[in-house]
Amino acid sequence: MGLSVRIIKKVEGFTLDVEWQIGNELVVLFGDSGSGKSLSLQCIAGLMKPDEGWIRANGDLFFDHTLKVNVPPEKRSFGYVFQDRVLFPHMTVRGNITYGCKGISKPEIRQKVDEMIRLFHLRGLEDRFPSEISGGQKQRVALARALIGRPDALLLDEPFSALDHPIRLEMIRLLEEVRNEFNLPVVLVTHDVLEAYAMADKIIVYSGGRIVRTGSPGEIFHLPAGLDAEALWSGLLP
Amino acid sequence: MATFFVVLVGTGMAYLLARKNFKGKEILDILLTLPLVLPPTVIGYYLIILTGRNGLLGSFVYRWTGWSIVFTWYAAVLASFVVSLPLMIKTTRAAIESVDKSLINASYTLGHSELTTAIKVILPLSKKGIIAGTVLAFARAMGEFGATLMVAGNIPGKTNTMPLAIYTSASSGEWANANLLVVFFTLISGLFIYIANKFSTRVI
Repeated sequence: MGLSVRIIKKVEGFTLDVEWQIGNELVVLFGDSGSGKSLSLQCIAGLMKPDEGWIRANGDLFFDHTLKVNVPPEKRSFGYVFQDRVLFPHMTVRGNITYGCKGISKPEIRQKVDEMIRLFHLRGLEDRFPSEISGGQKQRVALARALIGRPDALLLDEPFSALDHPIRLEMIRLLEEVRNEFNLPVVLVTHDVLEAYAMADKIIVYSGGRIVRTGSPGEIFHLPAGLDAEALWSGLLP
Repeated sequence: MATFFVVLVGTGMAYLLARKNFKGKEILDILLTLPLVLPPTVIGYYLIILTGRNGLLGSFVYRWTGWSIVFTWYAAVLASFVVSLPLMIKTTRAAIESVDKSLINASYTLGHSELTTAIKVILPLSKKGIIAGTVLAFARAMGEFGATLMVAGNIPGKTNTMPLAIYTSASSGEWANANLLVVFFTLISGLFIYIANKFSTRVI
């Protein structure tokens, strides 16, 4: 499993020009807003078309401008979680998760949805509508919905930025569980130092549409030796 | 009946105008809005030119079948359809355009085609606008007078719609009859506006 990306894309005076490969790891795209992080995810998911480059996941080619390949988003297999306003307001929690699943028989879908509801601690909320649950619960539903189709990779666009700090922490732990369960490449876009530090296997730092640094969290943030991430993280808790 | 076609065609057109970019979109939009501002007699005149026995389309139909739509109840339906279509399209288009783009993108990334997305996400979320548009279009179709008079005439029991019947009653001095119809018509129209308002706070 892996994800290989080369994107050149010009949008209104801004040029995104990046290239990276990742394996089954959690990679954080880190940088200021407007540095092209979200645009990269949109290109990978097929919501935007790069001017040049390629996008490959698991050996499948999704985009290549020289070969004129551009697979539409619905035929690509990426779980995409947006920042907010992500759930379908007219569907229940169960309906939303079920919507991420297609092409298999009804009892099978039901069984899979039940499994996701258990995994994402959503029991008892199945028949509620998005307007009746909290922000953290909404993002859990969005994660479940993105993962039920067993995507090639998980793309997370600042999924926790609208959440309160304790809930954010809970989500970070949940994401760890999810990674153990699903074992797939995860690309997390954030401009939050703590999130990047606590979660990343590798950090790619974006600035002005280009990659300025790549490395492990320790390398990027210059932590003194002996101070591990867990200790730093727990020390920063309220 | 006119309303039925208005809902079908109107929703489709509204979807096209709201979600697609194509050549001639501007012109199509203008053409579809024109019936809203043109006097009904002008619309009726156009319909006669198009569908009349010597009209562009009408002469064709007449030559093949010996039948003409003019002065039949089909013509009344056609006239109502044309004048009420813009109301349906305007209201529905606004509703479709207000559906959050990220929800539509979410549906695509979950592996659903444009058609599935339209049916399961976009249309349910524009339901209020579609219902409001339907009610307005129905009310407009019911109140249609000018264009109907031009293409369908005023044949009692055949092509006289309620507004035409009121006109006939009033002009021939049958005041009791006219009063009854007018009161009935006003009440029904008021009811429709009430329903439309319930579903949409922004129309009218």
